[in-house]
Amino acid sequence: MNAIPDLHSIDWNNFPDKNGHFGQYGGCFAAETLMEAIESLRNAYESLKNDPGFQAEFDKDLAHYVGRPSPLYHAERWSRELGGAQIYLKREDLNHTGAHKINNTIGQALLAKHMGKKRIIAETGAGQHGVASATIAARLGLECIVYMGELDVARQAPNVYRMKLLGAEVRPVSSGSKTLKDALNEAMRDWVTYVDETFYIIGTVAGPHPYPMMVRDFQSVIGREAREQCLTQTGRLPDALVACVGGGSNAIGLFHPFLADTDVKIYGVEAAGDGVKTGRHAAPLCAGEPGVLHGNRTYIMDDSDGQIIETHSVSAGLDYPGVGPEHSWLKDIGRANYVSVTDDEAMEGFHGLTRIEGIIPALESSHALAYVMKLAPTMSPDQNIVVNLSGRGDKDINTVAALEGITL
Amino acid sequence: MSRLAACFDKLKAENKTALVPYVAAGDPNPSVTVPLMHHMVENGANIIELGVPFSDPMADGPTIQLSMERALVHHTGLHNVLDMVKEFRIKDQETPVVLMGYLNPIERMGYVPFAEAASIAGVDGVLTVDLPPEEGCDLVAAMNDNALNGIFLIAPTTINERMGKIAEVGSGFLYYVSLKGVTGSNILDVDEVANKLANIRSITDLPLGVGFGIKDAESAIAVSKVADAVIVGSAIVKKIESNADNEAAILQEIGELLAAMRQGMDTA
Repeated sequence: MNAIPDLHSIDWNNFPDKNGHFGQYGGCFAAETLMEAIESLRNAYESLKNDPGFQAEFDKDLAHYVGRPSPLYHAERWSRELGGAQIYLKREDLNHTGAHKINNTIGQALLAKHMGKKRIIAETGAGQHGVASATIAARLGLECIVYMGELDVARQAPNVYRMKLLGAEVRPVSSGSKTLKDALNEAMRDWVTYVDETFYIIGTVAGPHPYPMMVRDFQSVIGREAREQCLTQTGRLPDALVACVGGGSNAIGLFHPFLADTDVKIYGVEAAGDGVKTGRHAAPLCAGEPGVLHGNRTYIMDDSDGQIIETHSVSAGLDYPGVGPEHSWLKDIGRANYVSVTDDEAMEGFHGLTRIEGIIPALESSHALAYVMKLAPTMSPDQNIVVNLSGRGDKDINTVAALEGITL
Repeated sequence: MSRLAACFDKLKAENKTALVPYVAAGDPNPSVTVPLMHHMVENGANIIELGVPFSDPMADGPTIQLSMERALVHHTGLHNVLDMVKEFRIKDQETPVVLMGYLNPIERMGYVPFAEAASIAGVDGVLTVDLPPEEGCDLVAAMNDNALNGIFLIAPTTINERMGKIAEVGSGFLYYVSLKGVTGSNILDVDEVANKLANIRSITDLPLGVGFGIKDAESAIAVSKVADAVIVGSAIVKKIESNADNEAAILQEIGELLAAMRQGMDTA
């Protein structure tokens, strides 16, 4: 076990190192056939990320196409109801396409455009990243192919149709568990095969370096805005941050700009599915162990033979056996706490926010809300929690209705 | 001398090219694998490439993916694969066996325990598809300490500078992936392969194997003229796929395919 560093002395901007390592996590575990493509992506991103022209293009799209900054909303009634800390919602659900995913897809699609790639591919679980990719592909006039597990195609039908309307081709993946991890496998295979003309837009902070860093950088706009908005609205930094963690892109986007503020407590909320003890969950940080999957070393869910095991969550976007490597590192060094909530608890979060604040949250985000329901009452009314409302719940109403025995 | 070096030396002296079939261990069931390995040697195989089943074979096409899924129905794990090699070695101490798979099963066993166990079982080389040399120092060190060859891939897109690095870390032989894409892909341009191999030979003296896209005697013969080893994967695995309930047919059809390749390669 590596020694745990002093959190106050870490220069958070030095991570990952030049080879993509966050401590022992991250890195680039890819087949040789992809190494050249990864290298040229790394070079393109390095040269563009500090380019004022590229940044201005990105910022312009975030402002006028996505609608940023997204509001930081004081959920006063819900805060009162829970009887503890003040709860502030970072309204990523109000972004164009209804979730935080669009921040990253715009960044990567602009990169693809600068690299001269005409074809983009993406994997998707809940469909939000697929919709966001199809959206930006439509706007930039790029061919777009989205890989999606068969099981997810069935449970996220509205998003599948949205992608088709936007001109993307949705390819159902029938291998393995037929969910997000299998869609990722299939997208990797596509990338290897059509490597010259294809840009692979990975939707979360996973994959080989530079993806975890690059996706984090594009999503960090969430945390930068939240930090500023919090200072403006409350005059100080929040006491706690809460976000759901599947691959972990909305969470790292909120957390990263606060890492140096070590008084701000950080909570990442994984999907406990039927309960961590049942084995039917998607909580690698809470119940998994370090391994190598999809291009990086991170906490994963596998069996004693090293085979990846099937995950379960009511939320398609959290149904993934791995997690971004930076989260693994933040867990080990103790900067962030990772907890989990069950499907049932997430449903309480879903209904709670819907009824009390008039905001229908995505099932993914409902996991973060469910943890806030536990955390807020343990804190005092003069303390503040910022929770990332990463997406809206319109896509989930069929799932929720079905759980209540209603057919729409 | 390692079994792989001895094998390539002997073939070179005879002016022959190595024929290297790939099967996933445990496909269609674990009892077939060892008899199949012997049968492949009897029909002209010089080196056996044994796939270690993995739940998420990202660099493989549908044929090998399905093969691994069949093997995983029987929970064929890395320790079972090592047991199969041990059993194979009872009758065959000469034919090199190379494991081909993904990193996570080795991570789970631990690099040093894996290298020790593989060496004791009689494994000669290990190719880990998702482990580029940059991340491979610790595993390669453990393998070197246990007289195992670390085998690495070179792709059509690999630039010369990387090739140098890969040749430095790799041993036994280098595996040239003759096509962009996953295993089981279709179109093989032999002239392009010949050019690429000539370039690789200007960088390293290691024997060069060529895999991806070799599906019949004709393509095996063409590649054998320029390579030191011809690696046949999906074409073999397809014989298992189409005869999954019939062990005798699996042995017969794979034997016939290899014998035809062997004969063609030796007389061309």
